[in-house]
Amino acid sequence: MSISMQLPDYLVERDPNRCIKCKVCVNQCANEVHSWDEDIDSVIAAEEKCVNCHRCVTYCPTRALKIRRNPTEYKENSYWNARTIRGIDRQAEGGGVLLTGMGTDRPIPIYWDRLFLNASQVTNPSIDPLREPMEIKTYLGSKPDNVIIKDGKLIKELPPQLVLDAPIMFGALSFGAISLSAVKSLAKAATDCGIMWNTGEGGLHRDAYEYSKNCIVQVASGRFGVDAEYLNAGAAIEIKIGQGAKPGIGGHLPGEKVGEEVSRTRMIPIGSDAISPAPHHDIYSIEDLRQLIYALKEATRYTKPVSVKVSAVHNVAAIASGIVRAGADIVAIDGVRGGTGAAPLRTRDSVGIPAELALASVDSRLRQEGIRNQASLVIAGGIRNSSDVVKAIALGADACYIGTAALITMGCRMCQTCYTGKCNWGICTQDPKLVKRLNPEIGAQRLANLIHAWSHEIKELLGGMGINALESLRGNRLMLRGVGLSETEYRILGILPAGE
Amino acid sequence: MLREGEIRIPSGCAISGIINKQGVRFSGHDVMKSIALMHDRSNGLGGGFAAYGIYPEYAEHYAFHIYYDDLSIKEYTEDFLSSKFNIAESHEIPTKKVASVKNPPIVWRYFVKPKSEFIDEDCGSDEVVMKIVMLINSKFEGAFVASSGKNMGAFKGVGYPEEIGEFFRLDEYKGYIWTSHGRFPTNTPGWWGGAHPFTLLDWSIVHNGEISSYGANKRYLEMFGYQLSLQTDTEAITYAFDLLVRKHGLDLETACSVLAPPFWRNMERMDPAKKEMYTALRVVYGNLLLNGPFSIILGTSNGIIALNDRIKLRPLVAATKGDNLYVSSEESAIREICPNPDHVWTPKGGEPVIGMLQKEGVRDEYQYATA
Repeated sequence: MSISMQLPDYLVERDPNRCIKCKVCVNQCANEVHSWDEDIDSVIAAEEKCVNCHRCVTYCPTRALKIRRNPTEYKENSYWNARTIRGIDRQAEGGGVLLTGMGTDRPIPIYWDRLFLNASQVTNPSIDPLREPMEIKTYLGSKPDNVIIKDGKLIKELPPQLVLDAPIMFGALSFGAISLSAVKSLAKAATDCGIMWNTGEGGLHRDAYEYSKNCIVQVASGRFGVDAEYLNAGAAIEIKIGQGAKPGIGGHLPGEKVGEEVSRTRMIPIGSDAISPAPHHDIYSIEDLRQLIYALKEATRYTKPVSVKVSAVHNVAAIASGIVRAGADIVAIDGVRGGTGAAPLRTRDSVGIPAELALASVDSRLRQEGIRNQASLVIAGGIRNSSDVVKAIALGADACYIGTAALITMGCRMCQTCYTGKCNWGICTQDPKLVKRLNPEIGAQRLANLIHAWSHEIKELLGGMGINALESLRGNRLMLRGVGLSETEYRILGILPAGE
Repeated sequence: MLREGEIRIPSGCAISGIINKQGVRFSGHDVMKSIALMHDRSNGLGGGFAAYGIYPEYAEHYAFHIYYDDLSIKEYTEDFLSSKFNIAESHEIPTKKVASVKNPPIVWRYFVKPKSEFIDEDCGSDEVVMKIVMLINSKFEGAFVASSGKNMGAFKGVGYPEEIGEFFRLDEYKGYIWTSHGRFPTNTPGWWGGAHPFTLLDWSIVHNGEISSYGANKRYLEMFGYQLSLQTDTEAITYAFDLLVRKHGLDLETACSVLAPPFWRNMERMDPAKKEMYTALRVVYGNLLLNGPFSIILGTSNGIIALNDRIKLRPLVAATKGDNLYVSSEESAIREICPNPDHVWTPKGGEPVIGMLQKEGVRDEYQYATA
C-alpha cells in the first residue's frame, strides 16, 4: 500500500490578507510544517506534520494563522471512533508500539472536581489572610511519635526534614528528557520560592549544583548520574520505583538525545541509549528496597530524608505501608494522570489508578496502621491548580508535586509529542537551536509567579475555612464534601456527600 | 433526630472558672452566680460544671459520675463495673427538682479502684480507667461516664448552667477549683452527655469555640487509640492534653504551645535552643494544633489553665484577687463575684493563663460574693 490512510490531525489556515510573508512560521516550526514556496511566492503548510503546538500562531506578527482540528468526519460510530481508527492506522503503517507524551488525555473521572471545600459561616469566623498570619510552611520527613523535652530543651533531634515555604514541589523532570534551560528554570524558581525541584533520573548538571539545596536528587533503575557527590548535593534523595504515566515499565532516552552535556551529567557515553530497566535490578522485594533506602542513608550519613516514589496501582495502600516500614521518610505517589516525556500510549491510558483514590486509601491505611507520622505523603499526577492542592491536603497529603502545570508555565501547549525531541518551546528537546528559545530567567520568573499565585489562593481558601495553619487541614476530610459519587467512592475517599 | 455523637453540632458558649491557689475550698455558689450573668451567651441547651476537691473522703478513689437512660443499662453497666473495679461506695447523686430541667437521666456516683489483676507495668491504673471509660462511652448505649477523676466531678446537663447547678445542688459541695460552661448549640444535642465540661480522669475542659481543625485533630488522636465518640471539640481537646501531658510527659505550658503554637515567623526570632524546641513540637504535633476560634479552661487537680486560640477569635478575660484567679468569657462575669479585683487583664492569643495550686491540703475559710 503506497498511500497513507492517515489524515492530518490539524488544518493550518493562513489568512492571505494578513500574511506578510515574513517567514517567521517557517523559522519557528521544528516540525517543518511551514515552508517557503518560491514558485508561488508564498508559505505553504505540510499539515500532516502539525502537532498544534501554537508556536507559529504565537509568533505570527499579523495573527494570520489558525490551527483547526481536521473537520473531516469518519462514519459515525460510538465504539469504533476516529481516535481508535487512527491508532490502528498508525500501527498498520508503522508496526510499532504507539508512543505518546504528557499525561493521559482520556476522560477519566476527575474526583477533584467532585470534591467541594468548606467555608466558615457564623458559628466560627473565616480568617482574612490579608489581615492575619496565614501559615503554609511544610515539613516533609519522618516524625517521631513524641517529643522529649527536659528543662526547656529538646532532648532528641528530629529526623532530617525538608522545609517548604508552600506545599508544592516541582516533580521529577530529568535532564535529557527536558532541556537544560527548563532544568535551570525549575531549579531557580524552586530556590527563589523556598520549595523543591527534582532532578528526575537525569543526574545533576554542573550548572544546577548552585540550586542543589532545593533539589531532590533521584535514584532510578538506570542509576544515571548517581555518585556520592550527587547524593550529598541534594536536600533529599528519591528512589524512583515508578511513575504514574507508565507504571511497571522503564524508560528509554534515545542515543540521539545523549549529547555532550547529557552524557556528562548522566555519566554515560555520548550517543548511547539511556535505558532504565522496568524494575531496579537490586530491588525484587520490599526487603531489597529497605537495603537501598539504608544504603542511601548511610551514604549521606542520615542527614537527608529518603523518599520512595511509586505509581498509584491497585494495591498502593499496602505497598505504601511496606515502604514506610522499610524506612522511607517520604512516600510519593504518582496517579494515572501523571505526565511523561515518552510512554507507550496503551500503558499511559490504561495502567494505574487516579491519584485522588490512591491518596485517600494510602492515608487511611497508614493511619490504621498507626504509622502515618513516620513518613510524609506527597501526591502527584495531574495537580492542575491551587484548589486541587488544597483538596489533596485535606484528603491527607503533606505536599504535592506538579509537573505538567510547571511545563505549561514554561510554555508547553500539551501537544503530546515530547518524544519526538522537536519541542518548539525549547522545553522537551536537546536541539541547541530550540533549547535557546527558553530563557531560564523568564522561565524561572513565570514558575515563581505560579507558585506565588497558588500560595495566595491556598491562603484564601484556608482562611475561608477558618484555618490559619496548613497542618490543621492535613487529613481534615471534614472540610470536604462530595457530589455525585458512589457509596464505595465516598467510603474510599472517607468523605461525606454534600448535604450531610 | 440524630443525637450528639452521631452528628457534629457547632456551638457558641460562655465559660467561667475560679481557683483558690492555696487550696481553700468553697461552694459552687460563686461560679453559678458568675456563669448566670452570661445567661444570653447560652440558649438553655447545655450547661455544666467541674469541681475539684469535692470528695476528700475518697481522695484516692476514682469518682465515676455516670448517666443512665434506664435501669436495664444501669444494671448491665454496674455488672461490668464490678468485674473491673473494687467499688467502695455507690449512690444516686442527690438532685433537686427544677421545673425547667426536663427529662434528666438517672445520675449515679461510684468511688472505685481498678482490680489489681488489670494493672501491670505497661498499663497503670489511670490507663485501665481511661480504657474502661472509653469503652463505656463508645459501646454502652444509654450509659455515659460524665467524669472519672479522683476527688473531682463533672455535673452537666441540658438546661441553662444556673439551672443545672441548682439541679445538682452545687452550693452543697466544696472545691478549690470550679469551672463552668453555658452552651449555645445550634441544634438540640438530644442528651446530657454532650454538655460541657468534658472530662477524662482528672482532666476537664470547658470550651467556647468551634475548632476548624477538628477533622485533623480527631484523625491524629485516633492513631494513638483515642475514640472520639462525641464528635465534639471538647472531647478532642481533652484527649490532646491527655496524650501530651500524661502519655508523652510534656508540662502543661508546653502542651499549650502545641495546641496554640507560636507562628513560624516568631520562631525565627527565638534563640536557637528555643527555636529548635518549638520547631520540633510543631513539626511533630502539627496535627494537634487547634485552629479556629476557641477559649478553654482546662481543669486538673493541680490547677487550671485558660487558653485562647492564636489570634484570639473568642473572648477571654482573667483577674486575680488575693489567692483567687478568675478566668471568664466576660469581665462582667468576674466582677459579678469579685467587684474589686487586684488585677484584670485580657490575655493575648495563644498565651496561657496558668493558676497552679501552691499548697497541699485543704482549708475552708472562703469569702463568698454577697448574694
